[in-house]
Amino acid sequence: MHPILLIVFLPLLAAIVAGLTNKAAPSIFAKSITTGALFVSAALSWPIFLGFVGGTYEPTVVPVLKWVQSGTLTFDWALRVDTLTAVMLVVINTVSALVHLYSWGYMEEDPDQPRFFAYLSLFTFAMLMLVTADNLVQMFFGWEGVGLASYLLIGFWFKKPSANAAAIKAFVVNRVGDLGFMLGIFGTYLVFDTVSISEILAAAPGMSGATIGFLGYNVYTMDVLCILLFIGAMGKSAQLGLHTWLPDAMEGPTPVSALIHAATMVTAGVFMVVRLSPMFETAPIALGMVTFIGAATCIFAATVGTTQWDIKRVIAYSTCSQLGYMFFAAGVGAYGAAMFHLFTHAFFKALLFLGAGSVIHAMHHEQDMRYYGNLRKHIPLTFWAMMMGTLAITGVGIYHLGIGFAGFWSKDAIIEVAFARGTELGMFAFWMGVFAALLTSFYSWRLMFLTFWGKPRWIESEHIQHSVHKTPEQAGEDTTGGYHPHESPISMLVPLGVLSIGAVLAGQIFAPTFLDDAAFWGSSIFYNEPLIHAMHAVPYWVKYSALIVMLIGLFVAWLAYIKDTSIPAKTAEQLGPIYRFLYNKWYFDELYHYLFVVPAFWLGRQFWKLGDVGTIDRFGPNGIAWVVEKGSVGARKFQTGYLYSYALVMLLGLVAAITWVLF
Amino acid sequence: MEFPILSLMLAVPLAGAIACLFLGAQAARMTALLATLINLALGILLWMNFEIGGAQWQFVERAEIFAGFSYALGIDGIALMLIMLSVFLMPICVLASWDAITKRVGEYMSAFLLMEVLMIGVFAAQDLYLFYIFFEAGLIPMYLIIGVWGGDNRIYASYKFFLYTLLGSVLMLIAMMWMVNQAGTTDIPTLLNYDFDPSAQTWLWLAFFASFAVKMPMWPVHTWLPDAHVQAPTAGSVILAGVLLKLGGYGFIRFSLPMFPEASEQFAWLVYILSMIAVIYTSLVALVQNDMKKLIAYSSVAHMAIVTVGLFAFNVQGIEGAMMVMLGHGLVSGALFLCVGVIYDRLHTREIARYGGLAINMPKYALFFLLFTMASIGLPGTSNFIGEFLALAGIYKVSTLVTLVCTTGIILGAAYMLYLYRRVAFGEQKNADAAAMPDLNAREWAMLAPIAAAVLWMGVYPESFLAPMRQDIAALEARIARAAPDFDADNVIGTPREHNANYVAAAHGEEGAH
Repeated sequence: MHPILLIVFLPLLAAIVAGLTNKAAPSIFAKSITTGALFVSAALSWPIFLGFVGGTYEPTVVPVLKWVQSGTLTFDWALRVDTLTAVMLVVINTVSALVHLYSWGYMEEDPDQPRFFAYLSLFTFAMLMLVTADNLVQMFFGWEGVGLASYLLIGFWFKKPSANAAAIKAFVVNRVGDLGFMLGIFGTYLVFDTVSISEILAAAPGMSGATIGFLGYNVYTMDVLCILLFIGAMGKSAQLGLHTWLPDAMEGPTPVSALIHAATMVTAGVFMVVRLSPMFETAPIALGMVTFIGAATCIFAATVGTTQWDIKRVIAYSTCSQLGYMFFAAGVGAYGAAMFHLFTHAFFKALLFLGAGSVIHAMHHEQDMRYYGNLRKHIPLTFWAMMMGTLAITGVGIYHLGIGFAGFWSKDAIIEVAFARGTELGMFAFWMGVFAALLTSFYSWRLMFLTFWGKPRWIESEHIQHSVHKTPEQAGEDTTGGYHPHESPISMLVPLGVLSIGAVLAGQIFAPTFLDDAAFWGSSIFYNEPLIHAMHAVPYWVKYSALIVMLIGLFVAWLAYIKDTSIPAKTAEQLGPIYRFLYNKWYFDELYHYLFVVPAFWLGRQFWKLGDVGTIDRFGPNGIAWVVEKGSVGARKFQTGYLYSYALVMLLGLVAAITWVLF
Repeated sequence: MEFPILSLMLAVPLAGAIACLFLGAQAARMTALLATLINLALGILLWMNFEIGGAQWQFVERAEIFAGFSYALGIDGIALMLIMLSVFLMPICVLASWDAITKRVGEYMSAFLLMEVLMIGVFAAQDLYLFYIFFEAGLIPMYLIIGVWGGDNRIYASYKFFLYTLLGSVLMLIAMMWMVNQAGTTDIPTLLNYDFDPSAQTWLWLAFFASFAVKMPMWPVHTWLPDAHVQAPTAGSVILAGVLLKLGGYGFIRFSLPMFPEASEQFAWLVYILSMIAVIYTSLVALVQNDMKKLIAYSSVAHMAIVTVGLFAFNVQGIEGAMMVMLGHGLVSGALFLCVGVIYDRLHTREIARYGGLAINMPKYALFFLLFTMASIGLPGTSNFIGEFLALAGIYKVSTLVTLVCTTGIILGAAYMLYLYRRVAFGEQKNADAAAMPDLNAREWAMLAPIAAAVLWMGVYPESFLAPMRQDIAALEARIARAAPDFDADNVIGTPREHNANYVAAAHGEEGAH
């Protein structure tokens, strides 16, 4: 039996067993079985990945079961293992296994643990189905499966109205993207007469320049297909326009945010574009769109991230922004770099989220950074883990020494490759990327300074007040309120430690493989060799630009949040409208509310009351009933029982009949 | 002549129906359950003996009665699947009525068994008039079930149901008489290959359409459905949504398309427009409903619109997809009505706001309800996805615009179903009586678990269901190919565009630092 079968189906099996036994067994049972399954999957994934790195592993497709055969539209359940899949396998299973372990500690007091672990494993299964898909429909299966798991996990605390709203929002906004994905699959099937990914990719170059009808317009075939598919990717990866669900998704438990909304599910869109890279390469307009949307999201989310107070929301916008990097890397044709950033980002962003979870755990569920401060001394291990994550995401590293944290290798590669591409959109992406790197540094250090430095501001927090039974007035001078944050249990610290290693070393070790090794990628992605050479040849100022802006961001954050803490409030006041615009996330939520939600409900009521009841029923069945009733009143008048009225009718009838016959 | 299994499948529930009239309440329940289970067993036997790839019409029985009218039965794969759906849902309906119906139980069970006879008869009939009799007589038991055992406003609902559906049928009967006169036979297999004059087809098609569109139901003749569902007892809703709504689709697939291909093409635009309106309109109406059954009823109209566009796509994917939607919707909406029934039996209200937080006190119920909710919004891995996906893939070949509009149904469907689920199962337990409701009992398990299994089976391995229909649908496609509408998404191979994948700005490279 091929190990991929175990890798994919063990989590499913664990999810079913844990979910169905639920509370019938002690929660330790569900926890052990799901976590055990994930560690086995992770352990089996690494040899496959390292096999591809070493060049000893051959791509293969493992058939599972027939699925659908309808005319020429056929697709089966099958598991595809190639380099791209192998990269995703280690990312998904490693992070998932660690998140399972972390949740032992984080969810310790929750009464619904079996359900939680079942959902986590179910998610992992769906994600694995997505990345092992050999055809577009199975990819869509995984795509929707992770959407379901995400919906369930965001709404895990289903008594909270905000969690329910966020869960529905995530599902419905994703469905908007899925509309594009589905149309993309239909169109692809129409053009290529198959939904098998390898067959499509082989035939794609032949379709360059072909045109097709779409909604009455005649457009380039490959562009319209790729744009439709990319709309799906935009939904799943929370790109500008369809990003509104991601920050709200932070309503879910923090381990969920780390696994689904940072490391794995949200990168599915990037994975899809990279998986279909030979197809996107024949669609220059679509690639331009990918670049533009990626760069725009990258900068948009970073600007919003600088103003948020909720620690998880800052990291959520940061995720959105980093996904933008991956997309514009793919858009300029550096698919290896996009995957590399996906890979390193999974480690350091999962680390940041789990670190934030550890902080929240220590601070009695308080998520507002305004009420943190000085935690460095109280939870030192969490602090150091978060520090590694911050150094990684801000891209600390020195080119000439050839050393750096994970983000240094992947983000700088993306910035350089956008510059090297040299097209107008490439340069746009380059400048947006550099500017976003500045903001990334600023908001990341802002987060660190607010949380771990300065004076404690804990007593302002309602959660802490509940814990210590004091109001700020009662606490007086002691702004800690007498609260003692405690370091997280070992089950939470071990994942932080492992991910810290990843955040420090993942870039250093794997940069040559992901960026420069064409043989590593093989035929699993479109590998653009000249572009990579050009990337290495960009001027020094480009290579150092990321480091320079990182230092500027660090300096500004230090100035504002350590040196003179009155600066942020003053700046916010001076920049009033701009600050509010950013703080309110560019008003996307409000805009969509009045543009879509309100009209949908209004139209629904109009159609129902005025359409169905007021028109169709009124003039239809009720109207006919009315006519029949009135008519029968009239008809009754003929049947009076008086002989002369019958005689009259007879006479009239006779006249009419004679007239008919004679004339 | 082989064993007359189809006649037996008609005879068993008929005998049961007669027996029930004379039995006490409990005996009638047992008799009905036994009769429906026997029929389910016969159905499985039928399926197992159905030869895939064999003769088009199997299990044929024929007895001449008078004047060309004959008692002729026989099924193809399409009919087989719909018969399976009917016999599968019937025992579940009996179980659903077990405690809920307390007055006139014998008559009630009798009406249900009669319903089963007529439904199997519709799908098995090979004589035009025999089909008509079964098709129309089905109204009567349903009319009684709503009118006698229904809710407070049952009389209005049952009249509306009866009048709407009868109106179209009269036109269909006239059309049938004309057809028999013209073709000289009442034999459906012969008529399937009879080419009517295209100008006559127009009128025949419209007459049949009047009947099928109401049965479907298509917008704007759908307004009987929400009322009928709301007033019907749970099992009545299950059969209504599960099987009776499929009669319209079956009619299109058996009569309109193969007998009048030219007219079908001529009126395809009408079907598309009505379907597009239905998807948007009824989905939005479903969004604002406060009554659970009404919400699901409106969602049925939207799903049936996918069936009609799929059928009128004139290609294999469209028609197979439409059939799969019919089967999937039959299971899923039936199950959703059962889910409503489960909590209605406990609290006696369908008002969504009276529930909330059921996931806390009824976790098993919440799991089933979630599964069927997800199936209803077409999550891959469930039955409805296969159907919707194929049907929409089929219509994409004809019109991208129609596909775009109909595919918005996946967004709106998610919105109204998840909104429903949230209000029923999630949130705080704000009503003490709803919070005190017990979880599923064994009888309710026995109703929901088989449907859940079937929904997943159909989603993961739909081949079991597609295989018997494949040959018949291929034949249908071949029959109507001559009239297939033009594609609006014609792909034209052009000169390859300049491939600039390896483009690198030269200016940047020169000042490079190696």
